[in-house]
Amino acid sequence: MSKKKLTYSLNYRKPKSEYNDSDELMICIRYYHRCDKTQKTKVIKKSTGIKCKLQDWNSDWHKTSLRSPIKDSDPNYKKKNKILKDKVKTFNLDDLFSTVKNDSFSSYLNSKLPIGPLDKKWTNHKNTIDLVSPANKRNIDVIVVGTGLAGGSACATLAELGYNVKAFCFQDSPRRAHSIAAQGGINAAKNYQGDGDSTYRLFYDTVKGGDYRSREENVYRLAEVSANIIDQCVAQGVPFARDYGGLLDNRSFGGVLVSRTFYAKGQTGQQLLLGAYSAMNRQIARGKIQMFNRHEMLDVVIVDGKARGIITRNLVNGKVERHSAHAVVLATGGYGNVFYLSTNAMGSNVTAAWKAHKRGAYFANPCFTQIHPTCIPVSGDHQSKLTLMSESLRNDGRIWVPKNVEDVDKIRNGTIKPTEINEENRDYFLERRYPAFGNLVPRDVASRAAKERCDAGFGVNKTGEAVYLDFASAITRYGKEQALVTGKDDSNDEIIQTLGKEIIKKKYGNLFQMYEKIVDQNPYETPMMIYPAVHYTMGGVWVDYNLMTTVPGLYAIGEANFSDHGANRLGASALMQGLADGYFVLPYTIGDYLSDDISTGPIANDTEEFLAAETEAKQKLEFFVNNKGSKSVDYFHKKLGKIMWNKCGMARNKKDLESAISEISKLRKEFWREVKVPGDKNEFNEELAKAGRVADFLELGELFAKDALEREESCGGHFREEYQTKEGEATRKKEFQFVSAWEYVGEPKNAILHKEKLEYQNIEVKERSYK
Amino acid sequence: MKLKLKIWRQKNSETRGSIVEYEINNISPDMSFLEMLDVLNAELILKDEDPVSFDHDCREGICGSCSLFINGQAHGPDRRITTCQLHMRKFKDGDTIFIEPFRAKAFPVIKDLVVDRSAFDRIQHSGGYISVNTSGNTQDANSIPINKDDADDAFDAATCIGCGACVATCKNSSAMLFVGAKVSQYSLLPQGQTEASRRVINMVNQMDLEGFGNCSNTGACEVECPKGISLDNIARMNRELMKASIKK
Amino acid sequence: MKNFLFTSIGKKFAMAISAIFLMIFLLQHFLINITSVFSPDIFNMLSHFMGTNPLVQFALQPILIFGVIFHFIMGFYLEIQNRSATKYEYHKEKGGANSTWMSRNMIWSGLVILSFLVLHFIDFWIPEMNYKYVEFLPDDPNRYYHELVEKFEMPWRVIFYCVSFVLLAMHLLHGFSSALKSMGTNKSYASSIKTFSYIYSIGVPLGFCFIAIFHHLTH
Repeated sequence: MSKKKLTYSLNYRKPKSEYNDSDELMICIRYYHRCDKTQKTKVIKKSTGIKCKLQDWNSDWHKTSLRSPIKDSDPNYKKKNKILKDKVKTFNLDDLFSTVKNDSFSSYLNSKLPIGPLDKKWTNHKNTIDLVSPANKRNIDVIVVGTGLAGGSACATLAELGYNVKAFCFQDSPRRAHSIAAQGGINAAKNYQGDGDSTYRLFYDTVKGGDYRSREENVYRLAEVSANIIDQCVAQGVPFARDYGGLLDNRSFGGVLVSRTFYAKGQTGQQLLLGAYSAMNRQIARGKIQMFNRHEMLDVVIVDGKARGIITRNLVNGKVERHSAHAVVLATGGYGNVFYLSTNAMGSNVTAAWKAHKRGAYFANPCFTQIHPTCIPVSGDHQSKLTLMSESLRNDGRIWVPKNVEDVDKIRNGTIKPTEINEENRDYFLERRYPAFGNLVPRDVASRAAKERCDAGFGVNKTGEAVYLDFASAITRYGKEQALVTGKDDSNDEIIQTLGKEIIKKKYGNLFQMYEKIVDQNPYETPMMIYPAVHYTMGGVWVDYNLMTTVPGLYAIGEANFSDHGANRLGASALMQGLADGYFVLPYTIGDYLSDDISTGPIANDTEEFLAAETEAKQKLEFFVNNKGSKSVDYFHKKLGKIMWNKCGMARNKKDLESAISEISKLRKEFWREVKVPGDKNEFNEELAKAGRVADFLELGELFAKDALEREESCGGHFREEYQTKEGEATRKKEFQFVSAWEYVGEPKNAILHKEKLEYQNIEVKERSYK
Repeated sequence: MKLKLKIWRQKNSETRGSIVEYEINNISPDMSFLEMLDVLNAELILKDEDPVSFDHDCREGICGSCSLFINGQAHGPDRRITTCQLHMRKFKDGDTIFIEPFRAKAFPVIKDLVVDRSAFDRIQHSGGYISVNTSGNTQDANSIPINKDDADDAFDAATCIGCGACVATCKNSSAMLFVGAKVSQYSLLPQGQTEASRRVINMVNQMDLEGFGNCSNTGACEVECPKGISLDNIARMNRELMKASIKK
Repeated sequence: MKNFLFTSIGKKFAMAISAIFLMIFLLQHFLINITSVFSPDIFNMLSHFMGTNPLVQFALQPILIFGVIFHFIMGFYLEIQNRSATKYEYHKEKGGANSTWMSRNMIWSGLVILSFLVLHFIDFWIPEMNYKYVEFLPDDPNRYYHELVEKFEMPWRVIFYCVSFVLLAMHLLHGFSSALKSMGTNKSYASSIKTFSYIYSIGVPLGFCFIAIFHHLTH
């Protein structure tokens, strides 16, 4: 936490000794801001408009009883002192922060990177960090919030190691965490296909895909443990796809040139999550994990500067509870729902991460959001949620819009069907713009290209926000192949179509069925319509190499942290990161911290800090159910989503971002005045839970916009219209090669920027090109 | 579209519930079923009434949270989908729709349409896993080749989302399809063999303890299962249990 | 193994074993009865053998009776258990959308069969027992055919028999494959089981109906 202090000072513009006693200097109000962690002090000054001569200045003013800085030798000393004191009294910290310049930040963050060559760092680190003996692990409790891939795997592994784990999830079972919805697959540098894949290549692809905004050491570690993940999951009984020889099958995913993605049809996330869930079950049965389903975390409790517990609400009966432990791990996923419409689950929220932020954890790169190119377009205002179609579809589908605006009009009013448009009148814009990668460019590139076409008026549905994803040529290609293999007539179009459709059905059957159920069109006959949608957030709580946040004892893993994907995540890497953090990284690095706690004994949960946090949480709940507002929680959430999508979406600019900040701030004020939450706090009350989540989104949204405003470059998922090449490609800037980590001080727009410098010693920073 | 909804309302697990009737207008056929309920709830909130509680999360048919019994069928009239994937175009203007929670003694109602399915979790705790510790040194994934057919069957069994439609739709409230799918997944894979006997015995015992009914092979579960889990998994579990009991 | 029989699956297994035993019995009963249509002599001969052979009378008959009683009691027991597991009724339930009527109503078809069995015992088994073991009447190897034919003179009895056999057919149509599933048959046999199940479940009861109607019309 930061300590704040206001003092008076003179505004010296050159060394003190160079002034004469009779020189007049401006008096400033100084704000001292000190970080506990770095012990560095940052001073922010604000001019008062009052000047005084050096000889009249009492530098020991704070020792006097009146605390007046101007001596009585100044003719107007009384008047001036009064003005100064009034200024301090009415001083608005928020105003002060708003004057803080963009480039002022308090410190460079220390990410505690191990020394040595890149490929030895993780091994060296594991060899040198402190361990906790098995006998002592029994006496140590760890809280894990969230039970998706990262949380579930961390719970299981920590419990296997011998720690007492308390796991919390807001769903009715850990198996329902939103990791389950990941479709495509999981990357691992196994090189089973012999196509030249290696740990380095996976590392390289990830850093490049992330547009050189991720931490080299973390990414290398991720690539290193990726192979272990596959071994571990297969040993757990995860049924990955196999070929006829009984060996594991792979496919290729957007943005890379090798096949390294392991998959289980279109349900890889489900299978991996159920694997982690089964590992948890084993530990629950052993009593090493205490599982709290339908519990939502409301706050982190900090005792003596360390995270020592959380406050939760039992969603079934509304009871607010205090839970203590020696360390707290947040595995609470991303904050894509700040956009209201996203592919995240309805319940996905930022509350845990945001509460941690408010208690001192820095929030890193909030504006890095991934917009996934292949989602089912919005059909109307009633829409509550967007559905993703796996990126794997881009392996066989070709993306296009009509070349001529007249055709677009005809399609929109239904006079012609897309299949009636000739090849030469179609614009396969990804293949046109990026011949090398074609339809397989990374997600950010594909999304922006689709938006560009739709903005230019070529969108193919009623809302003008959709492009086609066409399987016709893949069907023909597979059909011909199959006809040859099975010795059927390969000149008969009907046979080819039937055979081709069978192959497509085998590969993507469940996705095609899902599309048909939602859109009511048969994607085997007519091209699918897709449009980009918010999908994943690369930003999150800032963590060091040990995955610890800026609050000692508070960890963040999985999508909740920021570390591995930079400004853009490659397909099939989210599952990899979640499981890497949970199975192979956190369980070891947390020992380094917990080794100091072996003789601490159980943490009491009835101390002042716990009671205060509990009261605060209860008061907020009380406020919501008693507030006589007139608008539902969803009203505000939808409004926030609109602001975010329109002004902080796929393309951003200074003007929009500035207005987003003020609009969100206004909306937040309205929320606290007008929100209406029915029902009682001591019962199952979904609206109440939602209210708390949206309250936090309303703060995060503002920080998001601020971060986007201050990052004056385009990189990965963050695209600033001011910073683009003539061809509309992103312009990355060397001076922004850092992580922005924001410190909470009140209004989100006043957050203080800390930077983590990103240095690339093992990879050449190049213009990212997929042409 | 204009609809008449007959929804089960129940304040909490202790009180008795009843069917309450609601009228709702301006429903678009493109809405999902849950979005239709969202519209209803938005209206109820503004009228100062308690909105209808129902479980939902991913809204894309994979998390298994949603659990409504709609017009006499688990997950409604369409096949191979969950409630969240059901769209209003499956209904006609003026229809009356019954919406009830999944019913079974082992699934007590928490509120309105929300039920407690933790019995499923407890069955999984009793044996739904392969005992392997996390380490970087488990054997290489390709060192255990698995016959593609077995791998595919194991995958099909593993696609269960644990929604409980099988129990809700079964006239006996039997959980055999759920348990059978899990037992099958592991029994088809070489990794699961070592603990196969213990697993099936423990899981079946826990299933019986939770108060689920017996299977009478009506096949309703297989039809209503959003993921199309096959009845064969039950037969396989029966076989596995027999084998395990003889061995013991 | 003892524990196995007390699990839900074990109980179903026991139910299935008794069902299979009864089905085998039913088949042999049918094969003997159908001879009455072709040849009263063979029928008499076979009936006499069955009625007088000590192994059949004192080993198989008690097992059969136990099997029947076990199947019924177990059926009721499981039904009660299942009903308590469901406990709550839906206001609207479309069972027909996902399963057959016969699979959902085994208890009702079973009850009709039970009432039929009661009549059947009154018609044949009790007089038979009375004849042999109570009144010790003299052995007559040729009486069986007449006793059979006599019973089918009354139309109401023929109708009741036929109705019961229709329900028996339904009971078997589900019961046959269900029993095999409860015993864990592999899915690779599924299609042959299905074919056999249709032939058996329709053929046997239809054959019994035929016998009843045949004797009613020809005598």
